Amino acid sequence: MLIGLYNYWVVVVLMMIGFYIVIAHGNLVKKIVGLTIFQTSVFIFYISIAKVEGGTAPILHAGIEVYSNPLPHVLILTAIVVGISTTALGLALTVRIKEAYGSIEESEIQSQDNQIQDAHTQGALSQSTESRESP
Amino acid sequence: MIGLLIDITLLTLLVGVAIAIARMKDLFAVAMLAGIYGLLTASFFVAMDAVDVAFTEAAVGAGISTLLMFVVITMTGRSEDPVRHKPLLALLVVTITGSLLIFGTLDMPYFGAPDAPIHTHVAPRYINDSMQEVGVINLVTAVLASYRAFDTFGEVVVVFTAGIGVLALLSVARRREDDAVIELVNDSMHEQHLILRIVTKMLIPFILLFALYVQFHGDFGPGGGFQAGVIFASAIFLYALLFGLSTARRVINQSIIRLVAAVGILLYGCVGVVSMLNGGSFLDYNVLSSDPIAGQHLGILLIEWGVGCTVASVMVIIFFNFAGRQEDNQKAQNEEDIDANRAL
Amino acid sequence: MTLDINTIVEILSGFCLLIGSFLCISGGVGILRFPDFYTRMHAVGVTDTLAAGMILVGLMLQNPDALVVIKLLMILVMTLFINPTASHALAKAAFHNGLMPVLDDTEILNSKERNKTTDNDLEPK
Repeated sequence: MLIGLYNYWVVVVLMMIGFYIVIAHGNLVKKIVGLTIFQTSVFIFYISIAKVEGGTAPILHAGIEVYSNPLPHVLILTAIVVGISTTALGLALTVRIKEAYGSIEESEIQSQDNQIQDAHTQGALSQSTESRESP
Repeated sequence: MIGLLIDITLLTLLVGVAIAIARMKDLFAVAMLAGIYGLLTASFFVAMDAVDVAFTEAAVGAGISTLLMFVVITMTGRSEDPVRHKPLLALLVVTITGSLLIFGTLDMPYFGAPDAPIHTHVAPRYINDSMQEVGVINLVTAVLASYRAFDTFGEVVVVFTAGIGVLALLSVARRREDDAVIELVNDSMHEQHLILRIVTKMLIPFILLFALYVQFHGDFGPGGGFQAGVIFASAIFLYALLFGLSTARRVINQSIIRLVAAVGILLYGCVGVVSMLNGGSFLDYNVLSSDPIAGQHLGILLIEWGVGCTVASVMVIIFFNFAGRQEDNQKAQNEEDIDANRAL
Repeated sequence: MTLDINTIVEILSGFCLLIGSFLCISGGVGILRFPDFYTRMHAVGVTDTLAAGMILVGLMLQNPDALVVIKLLMILVMTLFINPTASHALAKAAFHNGLMPVLDDTEILNSKERNKTTDNDLEPK
C-alpha cells in the first residue's frame, strides 16, 4: 500500500505545503510561489494517475502494446502554459500593489487600508455631527 | 523496479525543496529553489512517460517563471518580513485538510494499475482508433489538436486574456529611445558580459531552430504549439537579457508582436469556422479536404501554428512589459536620487 | 577467446557510463566538502561537463539508431558550450557581488563554522 499510494501522498503533502505558504505567509510574492507549488502538485497528481505499469510514452510505435493514458497529459500540457500566464498576471498585480502601497506585506497593506478607512469614517462622523448641530 | 526508485527519489526531493521554499525568508533564494522545483517536476514527468508535458514544464517551470520572479523581486524587494503571529492556526487547518485528503486516497486504485477507471473509459478509443481517425502517431497531439480541439481553443484564449491583463496592468507609454544612449548601454554591457554574449549569440539561432522543429515535428514525436511557443519565447528572453531591453525592443516590434498574438487565435478560430462552412461542425477537420486524414493533418498543422504564435507572443509580451516596468521604475528612482542630491 | 565487435562496444559503453557516473558523484561530494564558493564551483563545473560528456558518449555507443546518435551528439555539443558558460556566469556574478575566495587555513576554519550555522538554518528538518 505504501508504494501503491506513495505518489498520491506526496501530492497531498506538496499541496498542503503550498496551501500553508498561501495562508500563513504575508508576502505576496511568496504567496504566489506557494500557489505555484499547489498548482504543480495537481499536475503531478494527474500525470501520476495517467501512468500504466509497463507502459511507454503515448507515441504509437510498431511492436508496443501498452501506452500510458494520453488524456491527462493533454490536460496538464495546456494547464502549465495557462498556469504561467495566470501567475504572470498575479505578479503584475503584485507590482502594481507595490507601486501603490510601497509594500507587498499583507499586514502593512491592511494597516494602510484601515488608516484610510478610519480617516473616511471620522470625516463622515464629524460631518454628521455638524449637520445634527446645525438645525 | 528502477523506475519506481527514480520516482520515489524525485518525489522525496520535491518535498524537500518545497519545505525549503516554505522556510526561506530570502525571496531570491525562493525563486531559485522554485526553478529547481520546476526542473525536478520536469524530470518526474519524463519518468512518468509524459514527455510532451516534461518539455513544457522544463521551459516554463525552470525557465520563464523563474525569470519573471527575478524581475518582480528587483521591483518589490528581496526579503520577506518575518511572520509575527504564530502560524498554529494555519498549521491546524493544513493538517486537517491534508489528513482528510490522505484518507480520500485510500480508496484510489494503486499507482500504475492498468485496470484503473481512468484507463478504461476514453483512453482505449484514443489509443486504438486514433490512427484511423486522425492519423497522427503522437497521441497527445491527436487528442490536443483534434479530439479536444475546442477545449484547447479555450485554453489559448485564457493565455491570450492573461497577456492582455498584464499589458493593461503594466504597460507604459514610451518615447522612441535615443540611439546614442542605446549604443552606450550596449557598449558597457558588451564589456561586462563578453563571454556570455558571444556564446548566446551562437546559441540563439539553434534555440529558434529547435523551437521550429518542435512546432512542426509534433505529429511524429513530442512537441506542438505550446512547447514550441515557450521555447521560442525563451530564446527571445535570452537575447533581451544579454543585449538589453531597448535593443531587443528594436528587434521585436511591440505592435507587431501584439498583432501576432491576436492573429494566432484568429487562425485557430478561422479553422473552426471554415470547417463549419464546409458542412462539418466547429473544428471538425475531416471536411477540410476531400480525404479525411489529409483534412485532419491540415487542421492540426494550422491550429498548432496558431497556438505556437499566440503562446510565444504572449510570453514575449509578458516579459517585455515586466522588464520595461522595472526599467522605468529604476529610471524614476535614479532621477529622484539626482534631484535629492541637487536639493542637498 | 575471440571478442566480437559488439562486445567491445558494449564494454566501452559501460566504461564510459561508469566514469561519467563516478564524475557526477565526485562533483557532488566536491560541492559538499569544499570550503568556499569558488572551489565548489570549480568542482561542479569541471566534473559535470566531463561527466555529462562521458554519459552521452556511453549512450551513443549503446544505440544503433543513427538519428538518435546525431541527436545525442547535438546535446553533447550544446552541453560543451553551455556548461562552462554557466559556470563562468556564476563565478562572475559572485565576484561582481564582492564574494572573496577563501585563501588561507584560518579563514577556511572560520567559514566552515559559519557554513555549519547557516546550513542548519536553511536546511529542512
